[in-house]
Parts: sequence; structure tokens; C-alpha cells
Amino acid sequence: MAALFKARRALGMAVGHGVRCLNQLAELPELHQMMRQTCRDYAQKELAPIAAQLDKDHKFPAKQIQELGGMGVMAVEVPESLGGAGMDYLAYCLAVEELSRGCASTGVIVSVNNSLYLGPILKFGTEEQKKQWITPFTTGKKVGCFALSEPGNGSDAGAASTLAQQEGNEWVLNGTKAWITNCWDASATIIFATTDKSLRHKGISAFLVPMPHPGLSLGKKEDKLGIQASSTANIILEDCRIPLSNMLGERGMGFKIAMQTLDSGRLGIAAQALGIAQAALDCAADYAHKRTAFGALIGKLQFKLADMAFAIESARLLTWRAAMLRDAKKPFTKEAAMAKLGASEAATFVSHQAIQVLGGMGYVTDMPAERHYRDTCITEIYEGTSEIQRLVIANNILKEYQQ
Amino acid sequence: MSARVLVGVKRVIDYAVKIRVKPDRTGVVTDGVKHSMNPFCEIAVEEAVKLKEKKLVKEVVAVSCGPQQVQETIRTALAMGADRGIHVEVSGKDYETLGPLQVSKILAALAKKEQADLIILGKQAIDDDCNQTGQMTAALLDWPQRSPEDGTFASEVNIEADKLKVVREIDGGLETIKINLPAVVTADLRLNTPRYATLPNIMKAKKKKIANVKPADLGVDVSSRLEVLKVDEPPQRQAGVKVETVHDLVGKLKEAGRI
Repeated sequence: MAALFKARRALGMAVGHGVRCLNQLAELPELHQMMRQTCRDYAQKELAPIAAQLDKDHKFPAKQIQELGGMGVMAVEVPESLGGAGMDYLAYCLAVEELSRGCASTGVIVSVNNSLYLGPILKFGTEEQKKQWITPFTTGKKVGCFALSEPGNGSDAGAASTLAQQEGNEWVLNGTKAWITNCWDASATIIFATTDKSLRHKGISAFLVPMPHPGLSLGKKEDKLGIQASSTANIILEDCRIPLSNMLGERGMGFKIAMQTLDSGRLGIAAQALGIAQAALDCAADYAHKRTAFGALIGKLQFKLADMAFAIESARLLTWRAAMLRDAKKPFTKEAAMAKLGASEAATFVSHQAIQVLGGMGYVTDMPAERHYRDTCITEIYEGTSEIQRLVIANNILKEYQQ
Repeated sequence: MSARVLVGVKRVIDYAVKIRVKPDRTGVVTDGVKHSMNPFCEIAVEEAVKLKEKKLVKEVVAVSCGPQQVQETIRTALAMGADRGIHVEVSGKDYETLGPLQVSKILAALAKKEQADLIILGKQAIDDDCNQTGQMTAALLDWPQRSPEDGTFASEVNIEADKLKVVREIDGGLETIKINLPAVVTADLRLNTPRYATLPNIMKAKKKKIANVKPADLGVDVSSRLEVLKVDEPPQRQAGVKVETVHDLVGKLKEAGRI
């Protein structure tokens, strides 16, 4: 009898939890709604009006990043004791989506700082490292970056050729990292370098390096297709010396740290892609309300708008679900890869169709549609290309079906 | 300072929404329409929170009158820094006819009950544009009332030795006024720039208390003395006419019976 009661309670709790999760998909909790509205208000009032100019001038939005830091958005998941907002990953994804809806570059700056820089230090850092490398980066006055890719390897992250050699009580780093987002504006970076070449990907370690630092120099800023307000460049290491205590996690743990970090990071990018897609849909739908052709508002003639909205909403729910799984500390790698794949492909589709809806107006800089189109391309590339996402999903599916 | 501030916040249709009149012409469409805090009320909350940050005021209490949904508006005030909220429940027909007279009676009753030293309200609401609640509340309480704006730039509102000190810009320079507390202050657009709620404050807002009160508990009768006969859209803008000379202009004005 007691066993039956226990089982029923367990089922009730499981169902209750499931129902709560489903409710969250149907309607966000009040806290998240308030947070989403605040970020939306900020993005519409402070980011959207300047986004086009930031893009033209390739200008880092320092003032806005500091304001966002003050609001707690630069360190959403960091506990309050370390200076963050102490909220969950779902809240973070909502924030990035709303901010990206105003300005895609600001969205990626926020995302990289949260997921790729603060994330791994929160998870793998010592208490001392957390105080030194997290707290000053929660206010928006300093941002961090993540250096994994190299000129010779992007998707093939295990083939890192940047070397780290121990000399006395220092690590000496040599090599070049490529495509590093935020690097011209960052005050610290996480560098992935090989400590044991013979162990291949198990011989990679992660290092915390302050910026600027002797031995670390930056390549020229890349002239990109989109997200121009965020800086992207090479990081060149020439006998860059750092104390032994700057290793993040254990020796040889680097690849694992990178992969786990990217699992979460891709939800940030999924959120960014959703934000840009939503902005493109806003633009197209608004235009469809006003433009007439063949004697009717084009809105009435466009099934495109339905396809666009559907693509965004599907990807959004996938993103929310992956974030909720992560918050519940359940495995979420497959869902995160699906979210990133879905959101980035939805974004490129929606922004392309937005240009089609606008016709000639979509092709000129007077309307933001062309900027959204340029901004979305990168979402299918960084933090794991769409091709890599498919690999991750396929591997997970095969594992599930393994007997 | 042990002063307690009561701030009134009104839930209104968001300023960016295109207003539509209901088909039966009894009012405007509110179902499914985006609502937010009246912008003048946001400024009132911001001023109250600033006074608290300057340690001139001990507690900020946000008050709103209406149905369940106004709790969202109170929570927004809490997220901006108010300490607790009071939700005066008014719903259905009573809410549709709720106006400045009833609200000011409620605020006056609450001010006495909560022993408030200062009431800060928005100058007017963007839906009815009445600009009456502040003045009526002060009259009911027999308190002085001041708009730091009064049509000119307000620089500061401060509390010094039990008096409210207001500095306003006037044509000749700066005017400093001292009024006795308790008092009612109405906030106009240029008093301050309301802050964005920070994420930690949004989280804290969830734990802050919102008390529920009914108008009857305060001894207030919310029945309206006004009856809305009909609501119409403003007339569609007609195209204008361009004239060549002043002579033509005078002729056209005479034709239209304007002169």
C-alpha cells in the first residue's frame, strides 16, 4: 500500500513537473514575462534607433553595453554573490532574443560575454578565478571573449595547433586564433591551446588571459557582411606568458570545456537568430499592411508571412525547451543543436523572404531588411555550423537507438 | 527620514497602440490590446524611488485601482524600486466608470490609513487626459498640491526638515518653493527619465507584497456620477485646399462661414 502511494506521488510529481514545463511553453511565468518586456522596451527605445548607424560605423555600443550591465543583462546566470542577476537560462535566452530584435550586434556581444566567457568560468573555475575573472565582467564595463577557432581549424576543433608549454611557474602560449568575436573590445579571453600534442583532442587545455597582455596582439578587424558593431579579429600569441594559476579546469580538459560551453552558447545564438528573424518579420508585416498591389493590400496576397511566422515560432519553442532542459539539469545537447539549427535556418529564410516582401525597398539601406539579411548569415556559421549541428543531432539519435 | 510615499500607478492602453472605438460606440477596444503603466505614473514612481535612494523617504508604496490585471502594473512599480503595493479591487461596470473623483477618494482614504506623508501622482493619464486626480486628492485631504512642472522645467524635488522643496526653472532663472508636508505632487514629463527595471530588481519584485483592498473597506462609494453617452472616432482628416492669394483665402473662409 505504502509502495503504491509512493509510486502515485512520484507519478504526480513527474506529471506536475511536466505540466509546469508545458505551461511554460504555453505561457511564460510572470517573472520571465516582466524580464522579457523590460528587455524589449530597452531594445526598441535604445537599440533599434541606433542599430543602422552602429552597423555603418562599425561602432561598439559601449554606452549601451554598460547600461545593459547595470540592468544585469551582461551576466544573467551569474549568481548575485558574484555580481550577476542570478536568473535562469530561459531568462537569458529571452533577453538575447529581445535585444537582438533591436540590434543583432548588441545581441551577440551580450551572448558571447554570458555564454562563452562567463559560462565556462562559472562552471569550471576555482573560487579565486571566479572572483578575479567573473565579477569585473558583470557590469558591462568589461567584456570577455572565447578563442577556440584557428586559421587552420574551425569545425575541427580538436586539431588545435596553438601550443602551451610550461616553463617554470608560467605557461607560454604560441599560435594564432581566428574569428574571435568581441576581441578588440575585450578585457580578457579564454584561450584553448594544446598542452600534449600526442593526446590529440584530449591534450587541449583552457587558459585565462587578460587583455591587453604582453605577447598577445590582435589582428586587423575583419570587414564582415553583418554584425559590424561587434569586432572580429585574430588573436596572435607570441611567447605570451601567464601564471600557472591561469589554467581553467584541469590539464587536458580543454576540449570538454569547449564542447560543453558551446552546447550552451548555441542557445544564445539561437536566441539571437530568433531576434533578428522577428525583426525581419516585423518589418515585412508592417510593409504588407501598407503596400497595395493588384488592388489589395499585399498582406492579403502573402502566404509568405504565414511561413515566416511559423518558422520563427517553431524554432522559438525548440529554443525554450532546450533552455528549460538545461535549467532542469537534464541532458540538452541534442535539443540545443536542434534549436540552433532550427533558429538559424529560420532566420536566414525569414530575412530572405522579408526582402522579397519589400521588393525593391528590401534591397536598399533605407529599410532594415537588408541589414537583417546580412546579420543572419553568420548565425548558421558560428558556434557550430549548421552542418556540425546535423552531425551532433545524428550522433545523439544513433546513440538513442543503440541497443 | 521616516516619510512614507504613496505613488498612484494607472494601467492604460500602451501609448504606441492604435486606438479603435468599439462597434457599439460605448468605449474603446481594450480586449487583447497591449497595456502598460501610464508614462506620467512611471515618472512619479521614478521620483519616489529617487527620494528613497537619497534617503529622504523610508518607504514607497505603489497603489493601483482596477481588476486583477493592474497587479502587473504594480509589479512594474515594485521592479523599479517601490517597497510594497496595494491593489484596490474594482472590476466590471465599476471599473468602466471609474474616474478621478472615485480614485481621489480612494487615495485620500489610503493616505490616512497608511499615514502617508507624501503622495506623488502622474499629472494626467494618457487615456482620459483628465489632469484632476492630483488636485482632487489634495482637496479631499486638505493638503497642499504642487506640480513641480507647472508647464516649465523642474530640476529637483527634495525633502528638507519636514518641508517639500521644489526647484523649478522659470523664465527669469530658478525658483525654489517650499511647501509643508504632507503634500500631493503631480509629475509632468520633464521631471525625470524613468529607469529600466534591472533583472535583480525584477526578481526581488516577485517577493514584495501586494495587499488587496476593496473600496468598501475604505468607506468609498465608487458609483459614478457621470454617464458616457457615446464614443466616436475623431473625424477623418480631410484634405486641405491650397490658395494662391490672401484674397482667395479670405473668400474661402467666408464661404465656409468661418468669418
